[in-house]
Amino acid sequence: MIAKTTIKRTLLLFLMFTSILGFSQEHHEAEKKADTEEEFDATELIMHHISDAHEFHVADINGESISFPLPVILWTDNGLVTFMSSEFHHDNTGEHVVEKNGMKFVRLHEEIYYANKHGGITLNEEHHAENRRPLNFSITKNVFSLFLAAALMLLIFIPTARSYKKGNGVMPKGIGRFMEPLILFVRDDIAKPNIGEKKYKAYMPYLLTVFFLIWIGNIFGLIPFFPFSGTLTNDILFTGVMAAITFLITQFSGNKEYWGHIFWMPGIPVPMKIIMAPIELIGIFTKPFALMIRLFANITAGHIIILSLFSLIFIFGTAWVSPVSVGFALFMNVLELLVAALQAYVFTLLSALFIGQAVAEHDHH
Amino acid sequence: MNITHPESLIFWTVIVFVVLFILLRKFAWKPILSAVNNRESKIEEALEAAKKAREEMENLQADNEKMLAEARAERDAMLKEAREIKDKIIADAKEAAATQGAAILEQAKAEIESEKKSALVELKTEVANISLEIAQKVVKEELSDEAKQLKQVEKMLNEVTLN
Repeated sequence: MIAKTTIKRTLLLFLMFTSILGFSQEHHEAEKKADTEEEFDATELIMHHISDAHEFHVADINGESISFPLPVILWTDNGLVTFMSSEFHHDNTGEHVVEKNGMKFVRLHEEIYYANKHGGITLNEEHHAENRRPLNFSITKNVFSLFLAAALMLLIFIPTARSYKKGNGVMPKGIGRFMEPLILFVRDDIAKPNIGEKKYKAYMPYLLTVFFLIWIGNIFGLIPFFPFSGTLTNDILFTGVMAAITFLITQFSGNKEYWGHIFWMPGIPVPMKIIMAPIELIGIFTKPFALMIRLFANITAGHIIILSLFSLIFIFGTAWVSPVSVGFALFMNVLELLVAALQAYVFTLLSALFIGQAVAEHDHH
Repeated sequence: MNITHPESLIFWTVIVFVVLFILLRKFAWKPILSAVNNRESKIEEALEAAKKAREEMENLQADNEKMLAEARAERDAMLKEAREIKDKIIADAKEAAATQGAAILEQAKAEIESEKKSALVELKTEVANISLEIAQKVVKEELSDEAKQLKQVEKMLNEVTLN
C-alpha cells in the first residue's frame, strides 16, 4: 500500500517536472556537421559527462540535442535574475547573448558571464574569460540531482517512519521492513562501535542522512537515463560540503581530552609534544579533506572508466569493439554498484570514527 | 572536470542538506529509532520475564522435588517406626505371655501343691477317721475276742493302704 502510494507520488513528481518545463529540442545542424568532421575527443566527452551543467542533457537524436532545461538563478549587480537555461540555446561558447533586466549574459564553458561591450567574451592570453560574472545560484544538473535524491529520501523514510505506527509502533510494515535493516546497520555497525554506546544517539540522524544521501547520490549516477545520471558524488564541491559538515560536527563535539590530545599529546616528552601539536592540528583538516577526495575520486574514477570503455568504440571506429566495451562496462557498472554502497559506508564510517575520536573518554591516566 | 560557479552547488548542498536533515530527523529518524528502541527494550523485557519465569519454574520444581524427598523420607521414617513399634509390641507380647504363662504355671503348681496338701490333710483326717472306726470296731471285737480283735486289726490295717 505504501509502496504503491510512493510510486504514485514519484510519478507525479516527474510528471510535474516534465509537463511544466517541457523538453526543449534544439536543432544544431551546423554543430552536427562540425561534430562529424571533428576528430573524436574522448577526454572532452568524458569531462563533459562528469562536469556540472546548466541543463540536463537527455539524449542526442539525429544530431538534435534533447535537454531538460534547468533554471538559471543569478545574483547580479541589479539583483536577482532568473531564466531557463534553454535561453542560451545550447551555446557554451560565449556567442549567444541573453538579455535580462537590461543586462547581457553569455555562457562560456558552463560559466555565465556579463557580456562585454561587444556582446561577447574577452579572452586573455591563457584563453580564460576576463569578463566579470554574477554570483550563480543556478539549479544545475547536480543541484537537480541533489533535489531528486533529497525528495526520494523523504519519500522513502517518512513512510518508513509511518509504517511503524501501522505495526503498533513495534514492527514495521511494508517499506519499513526493507529499510530497517539498513538503518540498523548504520546504528549497529557504524555508529555504536565507533562513537560508543553512550553517545552515538545524538549523531544517528546525521550519519543516517549522510549515508543514504551519498548512497542514493551514487546510485543515481549509475542510472544512465533522465532524470537520474547526474552524479552528485562525483562533484568535489558536494563531497567537500559533506566533509565540511563532518569536520564541523567533529570539532564542535570535541571534548577536553580531544583538544588535549591535539595540542598537548599526553604520554610523550615535552619536545615531542611541541612537534606533535602542529602535526595533529594539520591532521584535523587532512581527515575531512581525505573524506572529500576519497568519495569524489572513487565515484569519478568509476565513471571515467565506464565512459572510457564506451569511448573505445569511437576511438577504434568500429562496432566490433562494442562487445568488449559493453562487457567490461557491464562489469564495471556492477562493480560501481558495490562501490556506491561501499563509499557511502566508508564516508559514514569515517565520519563516525572522527566523531568518536572527538567524544572519546580515555581511561588511561 | 572544471569547477564552474562553485557557489551554486555549495549553496544548494548546504540548504538542501540542512532542510533534509531537519525534516528527516523529525519525521523519519527519530520515530524510526525510537520505535526500534521500544521494540528492542520490549524484547529484552520479554526475554527477561521469560528467564525469570523459567527460574521460578526451576525453583518450584526444586521445591517440589525437595518436598517429595522430604515426604519420602518421612514415610520411610514412619514405616521404620511402625516396624519398630510392631517388633516391640510383639516382643512385649511374647514377654508378657511368657511371664503370664510362667505365673499361671506357678499358680497351677501352687494350686496343685495346695490341693495335694489339702488332699493329704483330708486323707489324713479320713485315715484318722477310718483308724478311729477301725479302732472302735477293734475295740468292740477285742472286747469280745482278743485274738479275733488282733486279727481284725491286722486285716484292716492291711486293707488300708496309704496310697
